[in-house]
Amino acid sequence: MSATDTDPVTAQQAPLSKTREGGPQSGRRWLLPLFLTVVALIWLGPMLLAALNSFRDYAYTAKNGYVSWGGFTLDNYKNAWQQADFGKHFVNSAIITVPAVLLTLFLSCCIAFVVSRFSFKFNLTLLSVFLAANLLPPQALLIPVYRMFRAIEVPTWLNDSGHLLNSLAGLVLVNVAFQTGFCAFVLSNYMKTIPREIYESAVIDGAGVLRQFFTLTLPLCRPPLAALATLQVTWVYNEFFWATVLLQEGDKFPVTSSLNNLVGQFFTDNNLVAAGSIIVAVPTLVIFFLLQKHFVAGLTLGATKG
Amino acid sequence: MARKYKGIDQLSTRDKVVVGLMVVVPTALVLWLVWVPAIGSVLLSFTNWDGIGPLSGIKSVGFKNYVDIATIYPPFWPAIQHNLIWLAVMFFIATPLGMFLAVLIDKGVRGTRFYQTSIYLPVVLSLALVGFIWQLIYSRDQGLLNAITGGTTDWYGDPSVNLWAVLVAATWRHSGYIMLLYLAGLKGVDPSLREAAKVDGATDRQTFFQVVFPVMRPINLIVLVVTFIESLRAFDLVWVINRGRNGLELISTLVTQNVVGEASRIGFGSALATIMLAISSVLVVGYLRIVMKEE
Repeated sequence: MSATDTDPVTAQQAPLSKTREGGPQSGRRWLLPLFLTVVALIWLGPMLLAALNSFRDYAYTAKNGYVSWGGFTLDNYKNAWQQADFGKHFVNSAIITVPAVLLTLFLSCCIAFVVSRFSFKFNLTLLSVFLAANLLPPQALLIPVYRMFRAIEVPTWLNDSGHLLNSLAGLVLVNVAFQTGFCAFVLSNYMKTIPREIYESAVIDGAGVLRQFFTLTLPLCRPPLAALATLQVTWVYNEFFWATVLLQEGDKFPVTSSLNNLVGQFFTDNNLVAAGSIIVAVPTLVIFFLLQKHFVAGLTLGATKG
Repeated sequence: MARKYKGIDQLSTRDKVVVGLMVVVPTALVLWLVWVPAIGSVLLSFTNWDGIGPLSGIKSVGFKNYVDIATIYPPFWPAIQHNLIWLAVMFFIATPLGMFLAVLIDKGVRGTRFYQTSIYLPVVLSLALVGFIWQLIYSRDQGLLNAITGGTTDWYGDPSVNLWAVLVAATWRHSGYIMLLYLAGLKGVDPSLREAAKVDGATDRQTFFQVVFPVMRPINLIVLVVTFIESLRAFDLVWVINRGRNGLELISTLVTQNVVGEASRIGFGSALATIMLAISSVLVVGYLRIVMKEE
């Protein structure tokens, strides 16, 4: 998919289509990059605007308007960090995201392994139960989940109020339950490509299922696991609905749900909101730029079957 | 370890326990937190539970909640309408736009990486965050849009425009996602197919619509279902703006308002949830049929 394989094509095309001879042909060369550059800049626009405003003083922009230049400051970041108490919320996000992603990947590996390694009759049904769960609208399940969590008692070291509602542990479980389907599906597709002969020799060597799982299957699944881990960290970190409705105390909110702390009741300083937005976006942007390959692979794995 | 080899599906007792646990633990979690609640929502929707009394005090009211929703609950029909508009915009604008951009980027002109990265950057942001970022453009007094045009429209607040403003933001994110899926799909198309079409004298457009697009059928179907499901599940974006009121009502926000709000009407909220489930089950079954067909 590079310039090299389009050249022979355009060369062949020239004698075939009369309308594209001469001028227009060379004209199209710069038209496409120009168009795509414009589109890319429009797409980057809102993020660039947020980044720019986040460094500007409110008093300056209030006086000179937003179509102006100047008033640069770092205060918005300092104020946003303090006002929204992001330090605490980042810790909450980590407490939710890390266990949720690890547990999701482990449980999905279990299901995917069974489904791909054995030919049980219930395999397809099982996978469907998981995959469908991933697609249901969470709002439609809210009432029973909310009620069950309120009724379930947990030890106070897990949650000081004594039940699962309003606890980070509860949020981890909900995230795992919803995300396992997608991961199990992707992983099972991948595991099906592992040749059965590998298991055959392991069984002859006397390796039990557990050893096959940990020493054969999991090491081979490193590529999809890297992709899914990247994707899941982003998704769980970005999760907004369950965190907002299941956690009632603002100080338990993860970062994504705590942005509202920057919105005043009567007045909102948008430059402060911009700084807050950038702070919240930073972890996902870092993942995006460092692990872009895995992120894209994860998204497309589910759609294209390997 | 002199176990006699009887084929790789032969399991010892210990193996059977291990396999059993591998299936039962994740399944129990998903049944408990997804499927039991789904059934619970359906059952509760036929009751008048206020959420306070004991479960034994629940009385069945038949279809009363559904009748009430359709007749005496003002936000319901606007919400349905908004969800349909949402779907239409995603389906007719955001998705084709994403596909179009994928086709252009797939031509492999210089700077492809830059274009690609910029366009799918919004995909890594949460929809809640997208709401905040676009506020910088839409705000009445501090927004870029009014600063440039000199207008005084409150883009997020005015019920005659706010849905459309939100849909622009949603399109910004959705088309990046769709572009990514199609880019993967296009890379999977056998290049000799295109070359054959060119040799036969097909134009770029003919080649795409008559050769490439039909070959991408599996991805087309998945994109279709993803678009429908995401339009039904739309929530975060409008919730951070105004909790789904004043022109931004969606079914998902109505369900949530009926549970977490001051007046928790469990039976009524469950009926709304059941309507959502009914719509999504059609989509889910469709999706499962597509992805499981090859197995």
